[in-house]
Amino acid sequence: MGNQPTFDMGTVESIIAQRKGMPGALLPILHDIQSALGYIPPSAVPTIADGLNVSRADVHGVITYYHFFRQHPAGQHIIQICRAEACQARGCESLAAHAKELLGCDFHGTTDDGRFSLETVYCLGQCASGPAIQIDDDLYARVSEEKFKRLIQAKRGVQ
Amino acid sequence: MTITIFVPRDSTALALGANETAAAIAKEAQARGIDIKLVRNGSRGMFWLEPLVEVATEAGRIGFGPLEEHEVAGLFDAGFHCGGNHPKALGPVEAIPYLKKQERLQFARVGITDPVSLDDYLAHEGYVGLKNALAMAPSAIVRQVTDSGLRGRGGAAFPTGIKWKTVLGAEADQKYIACNADEGDSGTFSDRMVMEDDPFMLIEGMTIAGIAVGATRGYIYVRSEYPHSIAALNEAIDKASAAGYLGENILGSGHTFHLEVRKAAGAYVCGEETAMLESIEGKRGVVRAKPPLPALQGLFGKPTVINNVISLSAVPLILARGADFYKNFGMGRSRGTLPMQLAGNLKYGGLVEKAFGVTLRELLYDFGGGSESGRPIRAVQVGGPLGAYMPEALFDTPFDYEAFAAAESTVGHGGLVAFDDTVDMAKQARYSMHFCKAESCGKCTPCRIGSTRGVEVMDKIIANQNRPQQIRLLRDLCDVMVTGSLCAMGSMTPFPVLSALNHFPEDFGDQPMADAA
Repeated sequence: MGNQPTFDMGTVESIIAQRKGMPGALLPILHDIQSALGYIPPSAVPTIADGLNVSRADVHGVITYYHFFRQHPAGQHIIQICRAEACQARGCESLAAHAKELLGCDFHGTTDDGRFSLETVYCLGQCASGPAIQIDDDLYARVSEEKFKRLIQAKRGVQ
Repeated sequence: MTITIFVPRDSTALALGANETAAAIAKEAQARGIDIKLVRNGSRGMFWLEPLVEVATEAGRIGFGPLEEHEVAGLFDAGFHCGGNHPKALGPVEAIPYLKKQERLQFARVGITDPVSLDDYLAHEGYVGLKNALAMAPSAIVRQVTDSGLRGRGGAAFPTGIKWKTVLGAEADQKYIACNADEGDSGTFSDRMVMEDDPFMLIEGMTIAGIAVGATRGYIYVRSEYPHSIAALNEAIDKASAAGYLGENILGSGHTFHLEVRKAAGAYVCGEETAMLESIEGKRGVVRAKPPLPALQGLFGKPTVINNVISLSAVPLILARGADFYKNFGMGRSRGTLPMQLAGNLKYGGLVEKAFGVTLRELLYDFGGGSESGRPIRAVQVGGPLGAYMPEALFDTPFDYEAFAAAESTVGHGGLVAFDDTVDMAKQARYSMHFCKAESCGKCTPCRIGSTRGVEVMDKIIANQNRPQQIRLLRDLCDVMVTGSLCAMGSMTPFPVLSALNHFPEDFGDQPMADAA
């Protein structure tokens, strides 16, 4: 995790070797790489393309098409705030403004200390209990500004 | 005596602290030397009560909620496990009117069983449908589904049986069942609840579909935003395979059906069926032109049944109880029940399964209890980001595909999002165009460029620049998008936009005396 300029190409190669036999293997491979490295390094693209016998443009096109895939490392923690209609009806926009102010970074940005990346998500499926957010793998519902602050402080405290 | 205590594992319950509550219960019971069995059940779908703790008693399951971690010790002090009272006591859960007034056919097990326990599933009518199906000819299975009147619950409402019949009649060396679990519509969570809280039901439905049409392989395409769904499905698939309900020679019948979960990657348009196929094939999720129909040339070019989670998971019940049982619920050409999702600014948000025919007003007020903010409900968006905004004048519309179409709206996936009177409908219309711009696959011009122009036009309307002209332009643009787009993304984005404009013109400054500046 963090801003690592280098990564282990061996990880990428072993993921490709393991998955390449699957029909439609590209998305599962990209998911595995992102889950192992935190992002999909642009320099891994030729290796993926070779492994699947497709063009680099094909791989690049898929990575950039899907919102989920990252081409750069994120901050230590990824905060996703749902800003779809059901959460709008429950006040997510004021939570979003509060989050930007508290973290000192905008959406799709990372805090200067590299601790947090702030992202928009369109629906976490918690539509009766918004505003909903996700920090890394953990979901939180009915998130007031106070609760948001507590969650961030807790993450800051334990790194 | 062992006391059975239930704490849900549904992700909304988790988001409200169910894991912490469960851990505190286990710890407290151990400290007090009380013998408990802790079951992680699904959610009852009464989300304002989560985490909802239940205790099994001779008088049924007694509920306590919402119950946070710090309240657990007090719960034990009150003797909740042996009939003691507590301020958060709700009495027998089944008697809570919100649940009692529902017609839970598909959601009959949800909230009651341990979702990943095959034994629990079997003890609650699980796999009865599959066993019946195995004794039937494929065409007879398809006939049952057709006769039930089941229509696609993903939003398009196409008769499921007709789709299956096309795939059954197609000649091919390989056919597929593809389940669309890319539930990206805001205000919907019924697919998520099925996958997290009763995954075997979906697995059984897909297995029956495979046997009916001759498909030996199935994929469930699940959103990356639903990690708990993916985990529950994978666990259930492993258990079903180990017990002979999936894989080769299912229950000794000679039938084969392999099932695999594929994780999506955050593209809303992949909920469109052909974009989903492209994505499963490992490509950009760009919409395909039709024809060819996916039923004839679908996944990897082979005949494919594509159904939504709710459509497929209605099938076990139809095969277990018969087409007539299902068909006898509902109204008009909308047969059976619909798991409706009450979301947004409502006091009692959650899952309400009712037969078609229930009105919007009943759902919003009798179930939903009105707005949570206490202010009047001004608009309700039904059917996700591509659904119309309905004003109070239309709240008596019954849930019925044809009645909603007549009101220029859509039932969609049965989600409704309530907004109180602080909502600015011009901003909501702008958001709809913005969402389309962000999520368009880019293949067709009306959707790709139309949404960009739509945001610009809405910005001018909001900024009060030459409103009458811009409103004419907006209507013209919507007309092009409706008639010229390749799929629902572009052709239905005008639904929320135009409904906002038509029902709430005052928010657009669209009054007869408005001057052309």
